[in-house]
Amino acid sequence: MKAMLLIYGSEAAWSALPAQDLERETGAYMAFTEALIAAGKFVAAAQLQPVATAKSVSVGSGVGVADGPYVDTKEQLGGYFLIDVASMDEALEWAAKCPGARYGGIEVRPIFERS
Amino acid sequence: MKYAILVYETPAEFAEREDPATAGAYWGAYTAYNTALAQASAVTGGAGLTPPHAATTVRIRNGKRAVADGPYSDTKEQLGGFFLITAESLDAALDWAAKCPAAMRGAVEVRPVLEM
Amino acid sequence: MTNEAAQAAERAARESYGRLVAFLAARTRDLAAAEDALADAFASALRVWPQTGAPDNPAAWLYAVAQRRLIDQARRARTADAYATERAALSSDIEENALAIPDRRLGLMFACAHPAIDAAARTPLMLQTVLGVPADRIAAAFLVEPAAMGQRLVRAKRKIKEAGIPFEIPGPDEWDERLGAVLDAIYAAYADGWIDAADADADRVELVSEALWLSEILTALAAHHPEVLGLRALLLHLHARRAARRDANGDYVPLDAQDTSLWDVDAIRDAERLLFQAGRLGRLGRFQLEAAIQSAHASRAFGRRVDWAAIVQLYEGLVTITGGSPVVALNRVAALAHRDGPAAALPALEPLAEFLQGYQPYWALRARLLEEVGDAEGARAAYAEAIARAPNEAAKTFLRKRAARFSANVERDEPGAS
Repeated sequence: MKAMLLIYGSEAAWSALPAQDLERETGAYMAFTEALIAAGKFVAAAQLQPVATAKSVSVGSGVGVADGPYVDTKEQLGGYFLIDVASMDEALEWAAKCPGARYGGIEVRPIFERS
Repeated sequence: MKYAILVYETPAEFAEREDPATAGAYWGAYTAYNTALAQASAVTGGAGLTPPHAATTVRIRNGKRAVADGPYSDTKEQLGGFFLITAESLDAALDWAAKCPAAMRGAVEVRPVLEM
Repeated sequence: MTNEAAQAAERAARESYGRLVAFLAARTRDLAAAEDALADAFASALRVWPQTGAPDNPAAWLYAVAQRRLIDQARRARTADAYATERAALSSDIEENALAIPDRRLGLMFACAHPAIDAAARTPLMLQTVLGVPADRIAAAFLVEPAAMGQRLVRAKRKIKEAGIPFEIPGPDEWDERLGAVLDAIYAAYADGWIDAADADADRVELVSEALWLSEILTALAAHHPEVLGLRALLLHLHARRAARRDANGDYVPLDAQDTSLWDVDAIRDAERLLFQAGRLGRLGRFQLEAAIQSAHASRAFGRRVDWAAIVQLYEGLVTITGGSPVVALNRVAALAHRDGPAAALPALEPLAEFLQGYQPYWALRARLLEEVGDAEGARAAYAEAIARAPNEAAKTFLRKRAARFSANVERDEPGAS
């Protein structure tokens, strides 16, 4: 089954990290990605730019573009991993290994398969 | 440049996926959108997500794993899926975002992707 | 003929419901569909068996009909893959399992106890799907509105199906995380079954033996887990006293008045042995504490007096371990009254009032303590509240007798009373 690991965390906390810690966390993410690839579970991943760069688009009588994220929350979606695993338990195991779990948290959701 | 088009849906919109009265229109719109993206060679990835009730949240606190039922944040609009596209500029990305079916219901969010 | 068929169906329901649900749902993880298909199969049985006679293997018959129902649904949903899979599965299943439906119940219980399931839904879900307890009884046992409980169950089943939660007995590292909920469910089933100590309600008797059976399997699978042993010890203690809970008239007999010669001393000894084994593993837990409390009560069987000071201490540990459960705190107050007297215990009762308004034992204890300190009006009012909330006739009778005796005393004491 394919599942998404959605990485949520506080951008403010992330940008306040001292350089050393930032380097360590970045290294941790690279190691995590490599582990997924080595295990044959990696499908895709992306790190999103901060929500300050986001634009929200809505179409009504014209196209409206607003600055900022669509949903305004304390913790923001920072990125994702798309993985291919045997079960939800396996997905949760990988989520627990993801560096983001120690700061904010990881939301695990299966991909939608049309029935 | 790579952009993520994040689709946010309300519970009512999630429900349309499987309601026989609305599913045709719902999926028809997304199929058309996907086709348009593919024909323009703009899409490099993406996925539809199961609704938030199928979500599980994992946190590590003090070295211990804490698993909980439900999505990470408790908002009415929840991530329903995303498209990963390549576009020349933000404006081009916004043009694509405006064509996404969700833009006419709630909204879609466009964010640049950091090259990994 | 109709009666025999109905009885056969009833028996099949009691003996095989959980096993059938677990096996039907194991592949697709779709509990709601399995339960619906099984309900249809039971309805068919009640129509067909009166004419053909009950089959030799009712469970296999029900399984076949329910499985066909699921295949039909897959076909109607036009999911070609699911249809082909189910068809293939049906033929192989029927051959392999002509005699016995494999027991996937423990796997199902662990699925229900999965951390990805809403914590408030885990035990209720196990009670419903594995043990076939009706939803309204589950709601009553958890002091929750039936509609809210219904919603909770629907959501939990949907989560299992859509999030891909497996029906598997987890590996050793995950037992600690999951075991708590499984043990809670087995205990809740036993406790619910136990409400009818007169063995008059066949469903409830079955629930008690199901709970005992599941605790036995669990003990065989995991004797190195102290709480598994603790639960079994607790259930054995409770079960040892079943013959003494009612008197010859069918009236309720409280623990301290029970005839210990009616207690099953072998079961008590088994319980003590298990509790000792658990203790040696060095990880205290809720069920070991509960078993130890029962063990203290059981000392009457061996001619010793009940050590109330020890019981109070054990309850204090239990209050801590359960994070301040009001029901446990209530039981501690009852023990406190035995150790220090009713006047000392009453103040400890006050803070529990807001949590236990709907709980009969709270009112019964309050009534008894007020009676013992001489507050006639208070006691009378509390007995009335307790009677209003009593779960069955025997409990009502017992409370009425106490209240009547008390009122008579008051009349004798009041000057000018006739």
